[in-house]
Amino acid sequence: MKARFAPLGDSAIMVTLGDSIDEATHRLVRAATERIDRHEVPGVVDLVPAFTSIAVHYDPTVVAEQAGAALPYEFVRRALDTLLAGTSAEDLPPPRTVEIPVCYGGELGPDLDELARLHELTPEDVISIHTAGDYLVYMIGFMPGFAYLGGLSDRIATPRRQTPRTAVPAGTVGIGGSQTGVYPLVSPGGWNLIGRTPRAIFDIRREEPTLLATGDRVRFRAITLAEFDAWRE
Amino acid sequence: MRVVTGGLQTTVQDLGRPASQRQGIPAGGAMDRIALRTGNILVGNGEDAAALETTLIGPTFSFDHPTLVAITGADLGATVDHAPLAPWHPALVQAGATIRFGPPARGCRAYVAVAGGLDVPIVFGSRSTYLRAEFGGLDGRALRAGDVLPLGTPSALSREIAESLPDARTVSAARWGIGPSVRPRYAPEVHVRLVPGAHTNALSESSRDRLFSTQFRISASSDRMGYRLHGPELSLANRIEMLSEAVAFGTVQLPPGGAPIILMADRQTTGGYPRIGEVASVDLPLVAQLRPGDHVRFRPVSLQDAQRLYLALEQELAQARLAIAIRFSRGTS
Repeated sequence: MKARFAPLGDSAIMVTLGDSIDEATHRLVRAATERIDRHEVPGVVDLVPAFTSIAVHYDPTVVAEQAGAALPYEFVRRALDTLLAGTSAEDLPPPRTVEIPVCYGGELGPDLDELARLHELTPEDVISIHTAGDYLVYMIGFMPGFAYLGGLSDRIATPRRQTPRTAVPAGTVGIGGSQTGVYPLVSPGGWNLIGRTPRAIFDIRREEPTLLATGDRVRFRAITLAEFDAWRE
Repeated sequence: MRVVTGGLQTTVQDLGRPASQRQGIPAGGAMDRIALRTGNILVGNGEDAAALETTLIGPTFSFDHPTLVAITGADLGATVDHAPLAPWHPALVQAGATIRFGPPARGCRAYVAVAGGLDVPIVFGSRSTYLRAEFGGLDGRALRAGDVLPLGTPSALSREIAESLPDARTVSAARWGIGPSVRPRYAPEVHVRLVPGAHTNALSESSRDRLFSTQFRISASSDRMGYRLHGPELSLANRIEMLSEAVAFGTVQLPPGGAPIILMADRQTTGGYPRIGEVASVDLPLVAQLRPGDHVRFRPVSLQDAQRLYLALEQELAQARLAIAIRFSRGTS
């Protein structure tokens, strides 16, 4: 694997492992992330994996204690280059599968009908296409616990709305372009809203506050409004 | 600490949650980290202790017990029972005396560090308030009238500093403090150094010239998350395909409209816009203290120089810390 390195300001380095959103690159990113996690590189504060890259945030003061005369960036770059040389995606643990129950349409998914009309489908078609998908969490970002999912069927891919909503409730499931996802918190949003899950995607009271992690597989399952209302975690 | 009025936006902040970014949780923490850290140094705390970050209109509060405090950052006109409280110096404030803030003289955010730190619950490794998702700090919100904040136990050093100050009816300030060499030179018009970013070279030639030759005004829709800049419109030479990836404190993003945004403490962990540079860490306090309507100019700095400046500033902070430890070592040896 050939990694490319570039500074992200004076306290982080961007490690790039590919150029497109695909599973092979994703697996490399995960394998490299695990590798950096396991070997403690001095001064590393956090890793932020994305579709094709990993940002390694570091503390230049701590690095400088090890680096001697070398620039902290150069020291971290060399350490990562050596560390990542033999990375392969072969030995990744099998992914978790997380099921997300969704009550589609109605007040909880106000854009479902319009989205179905746009694709000349019935709302039921959209639901069955959405629940049939096998989704992959490519990355977490944008807001606490927000998962960028790959795997949405082209048949229901839909451009973002012209005017974003100012407040989309937490748990709302949307489609924006070729992506689908769940809003972990109430937030402004431009996606087409097709349903809502009663499961908390992000809950600070939980030991593991974020429901989804990079590399997880996600399945959506349709539930009724009664099931939604009765849901307890 | 008893809060009489909350001020415009007063929150509890420490050095944030840098280690939770992979879960999508913003790093957060103090906007002006140098001010927070020096405030803590002055009252004998660890540098990452939680303090108040005030915004333009400061709060009014008092303590139930004599408390060692230090005000750093912007000069927001702090007084104790109407007598001026010198910033960047530790001061022992007597029980019941009222700390107020006047009209802000310069800058945007003042920090109130107290011996022992503000002892609110730790959420994801930090006491910092994250307003957007309403967690951390005091119930995830800004302070308001009637709030009571618990203080942590002062360190041995904090107690020695407090005991060294002469008795006074309301407040007794130390003659020593943090020297001007460590204090950021806040101003309403600042030059900040920009480390080239992933897409600096993707800017059109004229945009690259404009980025470094014109001044940008801080827009009114600027907050702890980011500063929107008004100025000449910037554009890329060619359209580039962007995938979301990580950003940093000080990343300058260029959204399609052509008006850059400087990402600040409460930035999202990732972003999908071109990154035309990252503000050198040593200059972030200057940016953190800009108000809407203030101006910023960028000049390019190499990564090498930015990291040298970073290490030099850290050395100055280490020396300030050491000087205080030496000053009070008699009591401990």
